[in-house]
Amino acid sequence: MKKIHLDELPLETTGMVDTLNCNGAIRRRLLDLGIVKGTKISPILKSPSGDPTAFLIRGSMIALRKEDANLIFVKVY
Amino acid sequence: MGLTCSSCGTNLLEDDMLLLQKNCDYTIALAGNPNVGKSTIFNALTGMHQHTGNWPGKTVSNACGTCLHKNKNLLFVDIPGTYSLMSNSQEEEIARDYLCFGKPDTTVIILDATCIEKNLNLVFQTLEITNKVVVCVNLLDEARKKHIRIDLKKLSDFLGVPVVGTIARKKKTLQHLLSTIVKVASLPNTCQPNLVTYHPIIEDSLLMLESTLSKYLPKEYAHLSRWTALKLIDGEPSILHSIKKNFSLSFREEEIQNKLNEAKELLSDNDIDEQNFRDKIVSSIVLKAEDIHNHVVSYERCARFKP
Repeated sequence: MKKIHLDELPLETTGMVDTLNCNGAIRRRLLDLGIVKGTKISPILKSPSGDPTAFLIRGSMIALRKEDANLIFVKVY
Repeated sequence: MGLTCSSCGTNLLEDDMLLLQKNCDYTIALAGNPNVGKSTIFNALTGMHQHTGNWPGKTVSNACGTCLHKNKNLLFVDIPGTYSLMSNSQEEEIARDYLCFGKPDTTVIILDATCIEKNLNLVFQTLEITNKVVVCVNLLDEARKKHIRIDLKKLSDFLGVPVVGTIARKKKTLQHLLSTIVKVASLPNTCQPNLVTYHPIIEDSLLMLESTLSKYLPKEYAHLSRWTALKLIDGEPSILHSIKKNFSLSFREEEIQNKLNEAKELLSDNDIDEQNFRDKIVSSIVLKAEDIHNHVVSYERCARFKP
């Protein structure tokens, strides 16, 4: 098991959210979208320029910018 | 098109609105996540032409229209879509202020049948504010296409409020919604919502504050004591500001302050500080939503939809 930033997670693989490295409004937003400790998350699409990336989170697709995905640490087994 | 004067009733908590409310038997708020078809249902029910579109964030302020059902005049209020009531942006603030302080007779929460789990977050947050809630699972046709099956009866048992399935573009399916709304609005205690239970220490601290707060809250807001306690501990400035304004309470009363400090001490003794307090609250809600989702939703054929 290792811990990496969410934006380093390769497409079509699944990671488990470990910590959110941010505070305030952006943290609240991510929590509201269902990104809490233990949530399974997997990148499924990248836009042509490589940013943003679409993630499958709790059955819905959510696009996150690289800078925001960078704030999320995930565990990969 | 976009926003025109007629498509957005901006002064919803003010005098014009109160006048409209007087002429109607019941006021019904339509809430839900962005892009679940709130405006489509609103238009179908009221015959209005509120601008609809398939992108989220299209309704940015409240709009209202009326509908006649079995000799009852219903006033519908279309409020902006929001993922949560722990407000971040302006339209979420509008939605939250209306649900908390606009006192609708019934609140209809519209869910997207294709991702119930994400939508349940808002349902639980609303249930903390009001128990007069009807949950409306919309986009059932879309769900069928994706081979998603939802057990509405079970969902209703889990939540403790009536659940209605609809397809907004087919008006026939809306009749049942209307009769359920009227039932909830006219009969008290139709709903016995199952609230989220938080971490035991958080529950203890809420209880401490609740009893004191209920002494100070205005009568018509007495049922909000648990919610107010939660927000007081949380300490989000914009919510506190709205609460102060609408309850005409300053929270400077010594008794409240003392209890609040006591509650905060109890929390910090158990390693719950301001930062992870909110994490714990949100996690409890999300985990409960996940649990319900696993019981209620089943996938035929494919395990999870892929784009």
